[in-house]
Amino acid sequence: MTSGLIVRTAGRLIVPLIFIFGFYLVAHGHLTPGGGFQGGAVIATGVALILICYYYKDGMEKFSPAKNFKLIEAAGLLLYICTALAGLVVGSSFLFNWLNASGGLFGHPVAYGINAGDLFTAGIIPVLNFAIGIEVFGALSVVILYMFAGLGETTREEDEAPAPALLRKGKKGERK
Amino acid sequence: MTDSTSIFPKKIVVLLVLLVTLILLLPAAGLTFGDPATAVTDQYYIHNSQVATGANNVVSAIVFDFRGFDTLGEACVLFVAVLGVAMLFRRVRK
Repeated sequence: MTSGLIVRTAGRLIVPLIFIFGFYLVAHGHLTPGGGFQGGAVIATGVALILICYYYKDGMEKFSPAKNFKLIEAAGLLLYICTALAGLVVGSSFLFNWLNASGGLFGHPVAYGINAGDLFTAGIIPVLNFAIGIEVFGALSVVILYMFAGLGETTREEDEAPAPALLRKGKKGERK
Repeated sequence: MTDSTSIFPKKIVVLLVLLVTLILLLPAAGLTFGDPATAVTDQYYIHNSQVATGANNVVSAIVFDFRGFDTLGEACVLFVAVLGVAMLFRRVRK
């Protein structure tokens, strides 16, 4: 049970673009509309498209089984909590924006008013965006994979095996 | 059509509809839910979020900085939801 040649070819073209667009949404969450939740959902859409286009055993299980996505999801949530706790250590409070205007990573100073936007501003907001993006991507992928596992997809060998009833004429009731 | 098929009695339904209509008509009588003149937090966010957090996107600044704890709760809700799905769709021995 899989889609036809047209869907597979189009999916092969579109899936990388979906991943790039989702990554863009996550990475530019503090500058443009979007953010971790939206970008993670877009990336999970790409995973769903892979599942539509290819067999689970060929396309997904060799590349990354559902167990990996569970780890990814937990890692995203842990990254969020650790970043928040680092604010407690470095700064003054939980979720303190300790990277903002520090000059380091994501620490460029930002001007008040309309500006072009600098990717390396906003302190911990991009870090939290990435954490949420990883978490949502893992969570929705796990949901999709678990629901897909409940369908009982046939494998490629079962689909490509010739139908025994059509090839064998004569003896009734005999099946390979 | 008998009344026994409906969950609520007809009188209660009429009463509820009248009550909701009255509540929605309250602003016409001059009673509002909160005073817009005293809502200072939105102006504060618009004026200060860019300098305070460094993010050009005010929505992102609110979601991940001013209300970061709320976002942590949302992430936990998603995590628990996935746990529920994993429990529901786990492979059981036939």
